[in-house]
Amino acid sequence: MNFTINVWRQNGPKEKGKIATYQVSGISNDMSFLEMIDVLNEQLITQNINPVVFDHDCREGICGMCSMFINGEAHGPGRGVTTCQLHMREFKDGDTITIEPFRAKAFPVIKDLMVDRSSFDRIIQAGGYVSVNTSGNLPDANATPIEKQDADAAFDAATCIGCGACVATCKNASAMLFTSAKVSQLSLLPQGKIEANERVLNMVKQMDMEGFGNCTNTGACEVECPKGISIENIARMNREFLGASITSK
Amino acid sequence: MSKLKSEIPEGSLAEKWTKHKAKIPLVSPANKRQIDVIVVGTGLAGSSAAASLAELGYNVKAFCFQDSPRRAHSIAAQGGINAAKNYQNDGDSVFRLFYDTIKGGDYRSREANVHRLAEVSTNIIDQCVAQGVPFAREYGGLLDNRSFGGVQVSRTFYAKGQTGQQLLLGAYSALSRQVAKGRVELLSRHEMVELVVVDGKSRGIIARNLVTGELERHSAHAVLLCTGGYGNVFYLSTNAMGSNVTAAWKAHKKGAFMANPCFTQIHPTCIPVSGDSQSKLTLMSESLRNDGRIWVPKKIEDAKAIREGKIKPTDLPEEERDYYLERRYPAFGNLVPRDVASRAAKERCDAGFGVNKTGEAVYLDFSSAIERFGAEAAHVKGIQNPSDEDIKKLGERVIESKYGNLFQMYEKITAQNPYKTPMMIYPAVHYTMGGVWVDYNLMTTVPGLFALGEANFSDHGANRLGASALMQGLADGYFVAPYTIGTYLSKDIITGKISTNLPEFEEAENNARKRMEGFLNNNGNTPVESFHRDLGKIMWSQCGMARNEKDLKKAIADIRSLRDKFYAEVKVTGKMNEMNPELDKAGRVADFLELGELMCMDALAREESCGGHFREEYQSKEGEAVRKDGEFAFVSAWEFSENDPGKSKLHKEELSFENVELNTRSYK
Amino acid sequence: MLLTMNFLFAFGLTFVYELRITQIMTISIGLVRSSLVRKYWMALTGLFLCSFLVVHLLGNLPLLMEDKESFNSYAHFMTNFPLIKIISYGLYLSIVLHSVDGLLLTRSNKKARETSYVQYNGKANASWSSRNMAILGTLTLVFLIIHMKSFWYEMHFGNIPVYTNSSGKELKDLYSITVAAFEQPWYSIFYVFAMMGLGFHLWHGFASSFQTLGINHAKYTPFIEIFGKAFSVIISLAFASIPLYILLS
Repeated sequence: MNFTINVWRQNGPKEKGKIATYQVSGISNDMSFLEMIDVLNEQLITQNINPVVFDHDCREGICGMCSMFINGEAHGPGRGVTTCQLHMREFKDGDTITIEPFRAKAFPVIKDLMVDRSSFDRIIQAGGYVSVNTSGNLPDANATPIEKQDADAAFDAATCIGCGACVATCKNASAMLFTSAKVSQLSLLPQGKIEANERVLNMVKQMDMEGFGNCTNTGACEVECPKGISIENIARMNREFLGASITSK
Repeated sequence: MSKLKSEIPEGSLAEKWTKHKAKIPLVSPANKRQIDVIVVGTGLAGSSAAASLAELGYNVKAFCFQDSPRRAHSIAAQGGINAAKNYQNDGDSVFRLFYDTIKGGDYRSREANVHRLAEVSTNIIDQCVAQGVPFAREYGGLLDNRSFGGVQVSRTFYAKGQTGQQLLLGAYSALSRQVAKGRVELLSRHEMVELVVVDGKSRGIIARNLVTGELERHSAHAVLLCTGGYGNVFYLSTNAMGSNVTAAWKAHKKGAFMANPCFTQIHPTCIPVSGDSQSKLTLMSESLRNDGRIWVPKKIEDAKAIREGKIKPTDLPEEERDYYLERRYPAFGNLVPRDVASRAAKERCDAGFGVNKTGEAVYLDFSSAIERFGAEAAHVKGIQNPSDEDIKKLGERVIESKYGNLFQMYEKITAQNPYKTPMMIYPAVHYTMGGVWVDYNLMTTVPGLFALGEANFSDHGANRLGASALMQGLADGYFVAPYTIGTYLSKDIITGKISTNLPEFEEAENNARKRMEGFLNNNGNTPVESFHRDLGKIMWSQCGMARNEKDLKKAIADIRSLRDKFYAEVKVTGKMNEMNPELDKAGRVADFLELGELMCMDALAREESCGGHFREEYQSKEGEAVRKDGEFAFVSAWEFSENDPGKSKLHKEELSFENVELNTRSYK
Repeated sequence: MLLTMNFLFAFGLTFVYELRITQIMTISIGLVRSSLVRKYWMALTGLFLCSFLVVHLLGNLPLLMEDKESFNSYAHFMTNFPLIKIISYGLYLSIVLHSVDGLLLTRSNKKARETSYVQYNGKANASWSSRNMAILGTLTLVFLIIHMKSFWYEMHFGNIPVYTNSSGKELKDLYSITVAAFEQPWYSIFYVFAMMGLGFHLWHGFASSFQTLGINHAKYTPFIEIFGKAFSVIISLAFASIPLYILLS
């Protein structure tokens, strides 16, 4: 298959970027989207053009590193997939494909398609943990039974890979799905309930400080999330925050 | 040989760790605040070590090349984590976990280390649950377990097919908490490019800031390498694209010995290679072998017809299928250890029974599990005389709840529905048991340099059992290194801050800069990727699942000439002081090109078959591995010398087994 | 104080009684700083305005029956009954708060993505109305200003003919003013157009406010969503039918 690739080229965070157009050929059905970019890059190197910089690592949809906005959608047209899991069989021979970085003020572009998502790390640092130290003397793992439904719901929220597709997709560049997934996971478990109030207040505060937009419940994040994290988590965070704001001292 | 002091404590096996821990000199809280520790890598071992050391009071700097610690490749581990909790009351114990691991490793690991691992395994589960790791639970609210290859108990804790992710996020959250407290300085998008050794001690690193391209000097009293394995030397592996050996290799070149580098784990259940431009292979969790049955056609004509697309696997009646693992190993069946399963698949495919276009795939079939679970579910629901269709539907639902995400992943990659047609799988490089040599305290041959997790060699011998990598990473990071590091640091409390202006730092930085400028100014015309691909082909065909003297010698020669070609012809675009992934990749591939040679040398020197290392010259009539305990019950530890991997010197650490009898592994 | 009244009215949170007014005020001020709280205000005022729509519609029904008597009595009741007067201040405040808050949120949402996408496929993952709440809201506000100028201002401060009804009471004849207005085609068409905008605004807004307040439950949310959609259709159609009826009859 052959494709026309419109890709965002930007040299640095402060520089102006623009779309560049390249042709790639000899792409097979079974190749992943990133393997197609690999082919493009090898071609660019032999033409003495700097290859397109993009984030990628595990290439099996779990590390959350890949982050392209393809044809107007985060991680491209597929559902429940990251860019590395998107295969070229989803496209038609001769298609023009537009690739942009995830765009948000809180995700500044580093170079080309690579963005800085350390704002997510700072949200977690604001409270996305249970405050226990490492110790060989903790209560036995089975000391507190947890209702299966809650454990499963906590797991579902915890499968977030932190890729930022929710932010990229949201018309407001809101990080509510990401933040609420962590808040939900921990508030559903007895271990995390103890500091739930403080956690939700601090994490939301950090989220606001990072310059993310507000949630208007369009639900786009849930659709584009490669892990299918539900916006029920956002509702849970809204509830938790309301309760915490009213009752906190 | 005198250089290798394993520092194994005295006493009976079960007492060693407890006694040793009690004797480790402590560093007072006031002194800890004066001590800097560098942790390179933020996977399970790195994140947990950085968090624990910071909790203890040390000043920690944590480095990772990814954009966030949460993305380290531990995240991709699927199946589970072992622990000797014996919650299932099926006869598990610390000793049994110890024994299974030693036996699974084909008696090439250190007894004392493995026993310690089994001891602390239970603490890991408690720690993770307290952190909010959502392990799978039963309806009663208690933790669920499943079974893995090479064992006859259910001791594996799991979180669907994403256990590694959940454990890593747990460790990452502990790390984040320390970052928030200012106890850990986090340097993401930084890659270690040199180790700095001052007066024989490890005193810091040179790291490249991958965003700005600058070389930075970081000093510390101790450096912990938690940098994972080197499976990417094979180009195609289940490792992440960025996984590399550079940090460990630079340490090796500064005096840290590499132990058993040829011990590589080839995982039996991966999605087969589909084309030339493939960049990585995807693992299908070993847990699938709990319910999936592996087979190829009995008749070679059928295999041929399947390859040509004339018949479908589902057309083949039961009696025409060869469930070769169940046939060869009735006791363990489909749950034999990984090395055994991989070799058996290769044997069938080499004999012409492979089932995909390339002839390098076998079936992993869930149809009988679907029927079994379906019938069970129908019974539970009280459905009288359910139709085959109903049973299938119910069974598929049970399979979906157990392995849904894995099936989905398979379908996304291959565009085939594994509920309807059997999966196709083939072995692929997955894990490296070998690594930096460490003593009982996890310290390398360079004082002050420690290695944790997959980066070291210590616990898995010649073959790692499933769900043990997560256990080892967290054991080292949470419960071993933070304490054993005291043996070294307690002697370092009066050193004070280490200056980065020392000539050793300058020299190391200059070396790194020269190397990088060399790549950028090279007049070649071939992209880095191409050399990596070529190296992978040499390694896979000649130092892969089966090895022999002739091939290994040829591989060594081939790698040496490829290395020369690399330095002559490689082309790296871009500049030094900017984000330049091609430059980073060139540095990594350069190190792989040296490591590959050492691996082949190690494989050549080890004239026996054991675990993942299978020498064709040393096999029984039935094709099973033949170990030679009299001559090879040792750890090969290689010392880098004369700036040439080909001139590395072999040191031997004899392994003594006082608590287990060395038997031929039998899973029949 | 009025904020609090509004809060109480729409939510009926009994535990707030236990807090002293000053405490409530500090909480309220502290709360406005967070993006989530601004969203709560959006939802609460939105729902309050929805309840007013129902009352307003019921009062307008006599127009359809050409019942001058009932309509004028309703208009008189609404302008003079003390409790209604108090609530009406809440209403004005809600309108202002909903509009200003909406404006502020929209502004910060725009700021959250400084460089916009070259290609953005919004319809792939979110409904049209959810993506256009600000425009629909603005349209509704413009309508509201014109609408209040025509009727509310006239009723309160304008020069409306007074007549004596059957029970001998002097009433302002808003009925005739209304009918006269709707007999102008441009006015009625504008009115119908605005009601369509309101309908789309509610189509997303009604259920969205529950999500914002943290009310999301597998069992009840589908009902809320269907109710919200039915509500938006019925309200907008019913309001639009009045000018059409008058225009066409």
